[in-house]
Amino acid sequence: MRAFWKRHPIWSAILVAASFVLLWLIFAIWPPELVAVIGKKKVFVNALLNGITLGALYFLVASGFTLIFGLMRNVNLAHGSLYLLGGYIGYEVATLTGSWLLAFPAAFLSIACLGLVLQVLVFRHLDGQDLQQTLITIGISIVLADLMLWVWGGDFYQILAPEMLSGPVETFIQTGVKRSTGAPIFLKYPAVRLAILLAAVVIGLGMWLILNRTRIGMYVRAGVDDREMLSASGVRVQLVFICVFAFGAGLAGMAGVVGGTFQSMAPGEDTRFLLSSLVVVIVGGMGSIPGAALGALLVGLAEQFGSVYMPTYAVVLTFLIMVLVLAFRPQGLMGKG
Amino acid sequence: MKLRISMLAATTAFAVQMVAGSALADTLKIGFLATLEGTYTILGEDSKRGFELALKQAGHKIAGRDLEIFIGATDASPESALRAARKVVEQDGVDIVVGPLSGSEGIALRDYSKTQPQVTFINGISGAQETTMVEPSENFFRFNMDGAQWGMGLGSYVYNEKGWQVVATVAEDYSFGYTNLLGFAMDFCSAGGEITERLWVPLGTKDFASIIAALPDDVDAIYLGLGGGDAVNFLNQYLQAGGDANLIGGTIMVDGTVLSSKGRAKEVLIGTPSSGPQADTWDDPKWQAFVKDYQDAWPPEERFPSPSLLATGYYNSTNAMIQAMEAVNGDLSDGHAAFRQALKDLELDAPNGKITLDHNRQAIGSNFVTEVVEVGNGELATQLVAKIDGVSQTLGLDPAVFSAEIGTPSRETPVCKKWF
Repeated sequence: MRAFWKRHPIWSAILVAASFVLLWLIFAIWPPELVAVIGKKKVFVNALLNGITLGALYFLVASGFTLIFGLMRNVNLAHGSLYLLGGYIGYEVATLTGSWLLAFPAAFLSIACLGLVLQVLVFRHLDGQDLQQTLITIGISIVLADLMLWVWGGDFYQILAPEMLSGPVETFIQTGVKRSTGAPIFLKYPAVRLAILLAAVVIGLGMWLILNRTRIGMYVRAGVDDREMLSASGVRVQLVFICVFAFGAGLAGMAGVVGGTFQSMAPGEDTRFLLSSLVVVIVGGMGSIPGAALGALLVGLAEQFGSVYMPTYAVVLTFLIMVLVLAFRPQGLMGKG
Repeated sequence: MKLRISMLAATTAFAVQMVAGSALADTLKIGFLATLEGTYTILGEDSKRGFELALKQAGHKIAGRDLEIFIGATDASPESALRAARKVVEQDGVDIVVGPLSGSEGIALRDYSKTQPQVTFINGISGAQETTMVEPSENFFRFNMDGAQWGMGLGSYVYNEKGWQVVATVAEDYSFGYTNLLGFAMDFCSAGGEITERLWVPLGTKDFASIIAALPDDVDAIYLGLGGGDAVNFLNQYLQAGGDANLIGGTIMVDGTVLSSKGRAKEVLIGTPSSGPQADTWDDPKWQAFVKDYQDAWPPEERFPSPSLLATGYYNSTNAMIQAMEAVNGDLSDGHAAFRQALKDLELDAPNGKITLDHNRQAIGSNFVTEVVEVGNGELATQLVAKIDGVSQTLGLDPAVFSAEIGTPSRETPVCKKWF
């Protein structure tokens, strides 16, 4: 931290100032002049929170994608299909058992198994053949999409959140005062989105801990840096690959349950999430978990702020970020050069 | 070599003779276009049921000719519609195209149809106004009303009966969203209502949380002009955010496709007024017979409880094609001239009221103002509250006035003032 201060004094000052402004924007009651310029505080804080929660969902999907790419140099274009299939399986389990929580392990395990099968039967034999891998993963995604259309049809599915998470909760952020009584008005926010944000933070921290504090994490990091060297030092690289692929796939499946709860599942969602994952890892840097978190946050915020403050250009905003990153930092914000 | 050329010439001559000689007994090639991919997939699937039901009732034969069907899947984007149309027209060589489903697709196919004068296009259910009003195409016929016609009656209903005088709108940012809102807005503003804010979201938006937070709370009701997966997502997130405003539904917002979605979100819609080309529980015998035919044709898990407006629209378009074809005994050998005349003169006795075409080959028909009701075991349907007959594309205004003063539907058009 101190080293960063020393090396980039100007950037550090800007970051600190920005954090203060942001904190003030969140916690202060806005003066009327500010409201006149950028609208109500409620809208701003909502867009901020929504951007973060949407970013959390994108992070869950993209972290598995980036991990698999970083380790195996395998651009798995069927990742979106794993997301959607996980959502459908979660839906079936949730409606069958009536338990929302049970949907998560069910989706994780089943999609992790599918990932395992894919790695063992398909990708293992295509090691290092980029073009074949790309074509085959596109093929798999098309086959999976048609199979899902066959089983679940074109209907929209939502996974019902449990009673305690449906509806909004009152947060501690004050958005204004009642004109009649002077009592403070607090921001109401959907409980389910807060729960999902919490879950994403826990998973993100857990992944960071595993990668940085455990032996298997060490293998993975070493594999990202130099695969040949790792295998030469006696580690069974194929086993590490299988574990990581299964874990990354399982994460996508679990993200499907999250997405199915606060959005919905239907044909077409697979490609939508594949595209957003691609943007996230390009922005964040291929193979980097903190990069995926940063990229997901940026994309989520861009989408939500864009939809409120500049609806006409909301669609291009995400891609504008991608273009800027590619132009000035082609390896991604957190990527290694 | 010489031998081969003469052989080829002989075969070609023979083939030409065959075609000329057996034009009547030939199979009739029909292209079917609908959104079988993307956010409107489920809409496309039901439109296919409407198409199939009409063909089934005709015994899969039209004027004695066997049919060959070519299906083109689109995803609501104009490019996809063009690609699918090119495939069925230029590769499969169809005689007639039934479709497309979505607004902007219709505009793309209107332009494409001008380059393919040998093919007759019968619109599926796409409802952008421009399709038949601005530079219409001679071989493009539309037997459904456009989005603006579907909005008629709703505005005055909510103003007079519900007493909602100030509304804000959220609608999808493409031709059908504009057109559908135009019908509502002209009617609502003419009744005396005021629209304070118009929010537009891109087609395919899945996270509406910030839009929901930005909805003004000092209005009487909020008009929602969304469809398909976007509509379901909006309602789901609206419920999670604890929204409780009065809602007004655009035509595909409260359609069967949304009302039969899985989950709790649709319950937000109970009591919501809306308008469109049909009312699910209408007691008219012809409508009831159509609903029964639809229900009998598929097992319950493979269809909606009752036909959505997509199924009805494609059913009507296909029937119009069948009836005009029967009228000319299946003969298209005059470059479709007689067939097209028959289409123009047709008075279609559809389950949702009588439909005729105007000089732009655009439907004039009945519009239904409805409210969402529960019909038992958790199913929702639309119930008739008012029916307006003979709604023309210019909504009863002089065509010259209409195109000169109102303009093509867009984000800002129409302005909110007294039109009628």
